[in-house]
Amino acid sequence: MTASVLVHREAVAAIPTLAPRAWRDHVAAALGGGARAVALYGRPVAAADAAAASPGDDVVVTAVLQDAGGALATARTVVAAAHGYHTLTRDFPQLHVLERELHEQHGVRIADHPWLKPVRHAGRAAIPMAAYPYYDVTGKEVHAVAVGPIHAGVIEPGSFRFHCVGERVVHLEIQLGYQHRGVEARLLAADPRRLAPLVETIAGDTSVAHAWAYAAALEALLGHAPDDGVERVRACLLELERVGMHLAGLSGISADIGFVPGASTYGRLRTAAINASMAITGSRFGRGAIRPGGVVARFDERGAAALRATIDRLRRDQAEIDACLRTARTVRHRLGGVGVVPTSLARQLGLVGFAARASGVALDDRAACRGAYAARPIDPHVEPAGDCLARTSLRIAELDASTRWLAAVEAPPAVAPPPRSTVDGPLAASLLVVTLVEGWRGEVVHCLETDAAGGLVHYKVQDPSLRNWMGLALAVREVDISDFPMCNKSFDLSYCGSDL
Amino acid sequence: MTALLVVVQLAALVVMPVVVVGVINRVKARWAGRRGAPILQLAWDVRRLLAKRSVYSDVSTPIIRIAPLVVLITALGSALIAPLTGAGALVGFDLDFVWFAYVWGLGRVALMLGALDTGSSFEGMGAAREATFAVFVEPALFLVAGALCLDGGTLRFAEALAWHGVDGGAIVVRVACAAAMVVVLQAELARMPVDDPTTHLELTMVHEVMILDHGGRELAALHAGAAIKLYVAIAVIATLINPWAGPWTGPWAGAATPLVAAAIHLGLCVAIAAAIGLFEALPARVRLRVVPTYLLSATVAAAVALLVVLWRTA
Repeated sequence: MTASVLVHREAVAAIPTLAPRAWRDHVAAALGGGARAVALYGRPVAAADAAAASPGDDVVVTAVLQDAGGALATARTVVAAAHGYHTLTRDFPQLHVLERELHEQHGVRIADHPWLKPVRHAGRAAIPMAAYPYYDVTGKEVHAVAVGPIHAGVIEPGSFRFHCVGERVVHLEIQLGYQHRGVEARLLAADPRRLAPLVETIAGDTSVAHAWAYAAALEALLGHAPDDGVERVRACLLELERVGMHLAGLSGISADIGFVPGASTYGRLRTAAINASMAITGSRFGRGAIRPGGVVARFDERGAAALRATIDRLRRDQAEIDACLRTARTVRHRLGGVGVVPTSLARQLGLVGFAARASGVALDDRAACRGAYAARPIDPHVEPAGDCLARTSLRIAELDASTRWLAAVEAPPAVAPPPRSTVDGPLAASLLVVTLVEGWRGEVVHCLETDAAGGLVHYKVQDPSLRNWMGLALAVREVDISDFPMCNKSFDLSYCGSDL
Repeated sequence: MTALLVVVQLAALVVMPVVVVGVINRVKARWAGRRGAPILQLAWDVRRLLAKRSVYSDVSTPIIRIAPLVVLITALGSALIAPLTGAGALVGFDLDFVWFAYVWGLGRVALMLGALDTGSSFEGMGAAREATFAVFVEPALFLVAGALCLDGGTLRFAEALAWHGVDGGAIVVRVACAAAMVVVLQAELARMPVDDPTTHLELTMVHEVMILDHGGRELAALHAGAAIKLYVAIAVIATLINPWAGPWTGPWAGAATPLVAAAIHLGLCVAIAAAIGLFEALPARVRLRVVPTYLLSATVAAAVALLVVLWRTA
């Protein structure tokens, strides 16, 4: 495999399409056998599905599974929304939010789902925000604390409802959807070749990962293989995004626990990282650079030398502040043992990204990729403890790995912006493409499917935040409510990425 | 006490609260690599707030308007009997430390009622934490006052704080009392590691969350009251560790005219403020669950002081 990201292509005709009951058994058998669910989504029945659909069937449900060896597989069924299928969540809780989404977007009845709550308050089975069915904890000692949807500080909206006994959190319910913009509908409405600017705004702090997932998918549909230079620039931008966001996160968690040296120094270093991104792409968030067919970036010998110099300086200061944070006993005491997600729970919930790795789940999509990482692979880091300290230490370790990788990066021979003709060709007909990019927060999944005429029939986007919010909700049970902000920051999840 | 010293004390009461807050913040900022706000920023903030109108929530009662005034007046009330410039206070009477402890207590109750009056669950949590912490620091304050009064043979707070002689026992007593008062200061004034005055996270706040819904003149009164209380607490600690404070006669006593002694004391106050700033800049805040244990250390230190005094006077 030469690609730097995971790309799975499958002719629509070759996707195993089963009857609902058989499909459910198939997915259950795979998950029970050690596979994990990458995505599970629905789309309305299209003309091409007539063969598999019985009268009355109106939703095509696709499951994307990854076996223990890392291979991707799909399985499909066509259901009548009103009939639906019997939930898999009871046996495989990792599917809970995916089935909730499927139910809300397409009205598919998920019988016996234990937690069929709204995800975004939009779609065929949406209920209004005001009618959110909160789980109630009653008792004389219990008091509720509502935080948000508008928060102190310049952050995104989301509603958190705590049920506490004294300072102890009994239950936290996170209600999102305030940032819903109808991204998936917009992606289908526009020309599939010109979606990059829209894709970059799905989750602003993960612009590069989403843009790459889109570009790789479209290239697969176009039958275009990007050359090594393009891949190297993309990997550079992805790692710079990771460095910038890890620095921002470490600064944020330092501020949350009142650790002044970390808050100021990591914050200052982040500016160096995102300015390096600006020097290459003209955007501090790396926007406008990754486009189907190539990259629009200034990254010649001089640019690469400047990047290496910046990273070298950054690494010197970073080593000092890392040591400061790691060895401060007050920091270890504050973060250690709080907000624990044990390995078994992380697997059950299907956590992804650094939150999963901090709970001992070695899941990093970069591990299976070569391409730009072939010469110097970045091995997954894992921390077993699953607490706030593990998530923080893991981000420090990943920051170190990424800056080490960047510190030795060489400029590619020559990278010119892709000519328009690169993307003007026809898209492959009746093809399903799934791309997985390991962004700084976790895996970004894009699924694109074309019809017989090469037109896009479905575009499914999945940000890692969607999978991880429940991890936060469960991590703070039995934790002091005053430790919630710190736990929240340790997961560092996106609202708009989840809300789409 | 001469008229001149009274004037100096009153001047210190106006200027020093602003200065100590400014110094703490400046030291923290410098440590973080920032330039920091002007030393007199608090004065500008209060002036700005006085020019603003207040906004009141629908559920609030007149308590929200009265409480900040009570906080300010009780802070001034405690300043009256505190050794603001080292030697003696503006007012002194027997058992005045009871007055000292309970004007602070009254101010705290007013602050908590003002917070509860807003009807916010955050502020209720802050008030609950404030009440819990007060339970743990009040014994320390009384043990300190008792030990010093017994040691000095006086029932007046400012006189008891002053030194009456320098020997090993006196140094042990004073160091233990100063340590206890530092923890009392951190709890009463919501400083690190008990509370983080710079945090933006309502769920973790103690003092700051209780003033979230106040604005305009009320907020100005709360800021001024907190700053005065901070200066009073720092002045108490400065007196405890300053052998020149008091009617003591020793080798250097001749050099310490009242004005020089006041200058030394004020310098010491600024140094303590700088030390607080430095202390806040270095470690992370402790977990809220651990705070009561930390506060108990003040009571332990004060009890040690009392035991040493009892042993000395026996």
